[in-house]
Amino acid sequence: MIEIKDLHKSYRMGSNSLHVLKGINFTAESGELVAIMGSSGSGKSTLLNILGMLDEADSGDYTLDGVPIKNLNETKAAKYRNKFLGFIFQSFNLINYKSALENVALPLYYQRIPRKERQERAMKYLGQVGLKEWAHHLPSELSGGQKQRVAIARAMAAEPKVLLADEPTGALDSTTSYEVMDLIQKINDQGNTILVVTHEDDIAHMCKRIIHLKDGVIEKDEKVTQVRASQYV
Amino acid sequence: MFNKDRWKEILEVLTGNWFRTLLTAFGVFWGILILIVLLAAGKGFQNGVMADFGDIATNTMFMWSRNTTKEYMGLPKGRRYNFKLDDVRAIRDKVPNLRFVSPRNQLGGFNGANNVTRGINTGAFNVYGDYPEIINQDPMTITSGRFINHSDINEKRKVAVIGVGVKTGLYGKDEEPIGTYIKIQGVNFMVIGTYKKRTGNGDGEEAQKEIFVPFTTFSQAFNRADNVGWMAITAQDGSSITSLKEKIVSIVKQNRKIHPDDKRAVGYFDLYEQFKRVEGLFAALRFIAYFVGILVLISGIIGVSNIMLIVVKERTKEIGIRRALGEDPRSIKLQIVMESLFLTIISGMAGISFGAFVIYGINALLDANGPVDMFLSPSVSVEVVVAALGILVVSGLLAGFIPAQSAIKVKPIDALRTE
Repeated sequence: MIEIKDLHKSYRMGSNSLHVLKGINFTAESGELVAIMGSSGSGKSTLLNILGMLDEADSGDYTLDGVPIKNLNETKAAKYRNKFLGFIFQSFNLINYKSALENVALPLYYQRIPRKERQERAMKYLGQVGLKEWAHHLPSELSGGQKQRVAIARAMAAEPKVLLADEPTGALDSTTSYEVMDLIQKINDQGNTILVVTHEDDIAHMCKRIIHLKDGVIEKDEKVTQVRASQYV
Repeated sequence: MFNKDRWKEILEVLTGNWFRTLLTAFGVFWGILILIVLLAAGKGFQNGVMADFGDIATNTMFMWSRNTTKEYMGLPKGRRYNFKLDDVRAIRDKVPNLRFVSPRNQLGGFNGANNVTRGINTGAFNVYGDYPEIINQDPMTITSGRFINHSDINEKRKVAVIGVGVKTGLYGKDEEPIGTYIKIQGVNFMVIGTYKKRTGNGDGEEAQKEIFVPFTTFSQAFNRADNVGWMAITAQDGSSITSLKEKIVSIVKQNRKIHPDDKRAVGYFDLYEQFKRVEGLFAALRFIAYFVGILVLISGIIGVSNIMLIVVKERTKEIGIRRALGEDPRSIKLQIVMESLFLTIISGMAGISFGAFVIYGINALLDANGPVDMFLSPSVSVEVVVAALGILVVSGLLAGFIPAQSAIKVKPIDALRTE
């Protein structure tokens, strides 16, 4: 599903440049649940941004579902993001003047799906994350866990190939974190490919595979036995 | 472009901060209001002054003879001369594009002695020997009977058309003047019509105290031979009398043996030039109205642009999220431009409506308090309103363009990082 070869990325900081990614190679198959771990500055967020087409690599190849991702202009990148990717952010990033339902329906709006169908599909995904009765509430009226569940529903609404989660539990307490991870595991059980960036060990062990990043290179890539989050909920 | 969600979002964004939107809108509202009111006031002033010109054909010059100031062909300076009927003919033949050439002779004048009697009533009136065409150059309304015609001219009939002022001077209240006789300097004329003139300036009463008789009759009755005292010359529409007057004057000078460089021998008044000058003044006024109005409007537009920049800045993160979710950058740009356009047009429309209301109020006030000197029915034409709307659309687009550009400039990754 995801294939990256020899990915390099450096940032220019004034006169000296910072080499963040120093040749990353990895492959993720369809249906995998991968945790990317590393301390801050290890390049995990940069990697996720490049995978999410929010940022571009200096060199290296990136293929997503057989499509080479290279030299994208903004219009094309937006289209690919919409079609291939679902984002889950640490700070939820819901649009605060739109209701939960409208937030979930947003990616579908960008696909020009008719209003009625859009709302039906958004409602279906809100139901999956258990927030049907909160559909018409504004984000400010929801708790952190609920917000993240809305964000997950939004990420799934466009039925993307890959879900990218950047510290999805970073802003949540542990109980809520496990609820969210439980949800992510369930989505993965349905066959969705998910990449989770985290620095928390317990969250990482709820995935099926852990990639350890250190100083811009992959230090360790291991398969782990998944800890089900449902046992803590 | 016209989908419900886009409009919903525009309204959400603009109503999100009511007070700010209102203040911004006020800039545009004020600008367009001032533009409309200034244009209307200019128009009202113009209407008022143009009404003072009355109904007189404006493409007209008047010409009269004075003393010569230069010796020429053996003739002395200071010589008194008269225009002749030959001159009228020569002007008609040699100058193209003339509509009317009306010679006139005159008796009486300002503060003249009594010259007209009827029974025991006497009065001092201006008596004109005229051609029928004069009614097109110096329009009057025939209130009863008829004006003089070419049969009167050809047969030298002793007929007269009198003003309502003459009628009140010479007749009793219920007397019917038509068919009666008045005696002008001892010669009897039958009254065949009465007239009333519409003039805007002060000599309104004097203008009603005139008597018109056929030119030929006048010349014979009062011994004018082929002399002509005065001429009113009107050019055809499309050519101006101002450009023809040089030629007319030079023909007269040649015929009357006047030195070509004698500037003062032929007196004339070019009404068209005056009219043009006044029109030029109003064109300048209109220009000033547009200039001031548009400048005020521009400051309003800059306000809109400014607020849109702030809105974009505030929404940087939101725009980043939306781009991460896959919104086309063009769609974001369109959204910003439409917000700006919507705000500009709505507030502009409010300004136009309020301006129309103000103009309506002024008109109602003028109607209630009677006419004011040099000010009459201020108004703006539909074209002006359409032009104002056009200005609004263009400026709304301009106001939204820079903010829209800046919304796209930030990379989504950076936009997402802002707090």
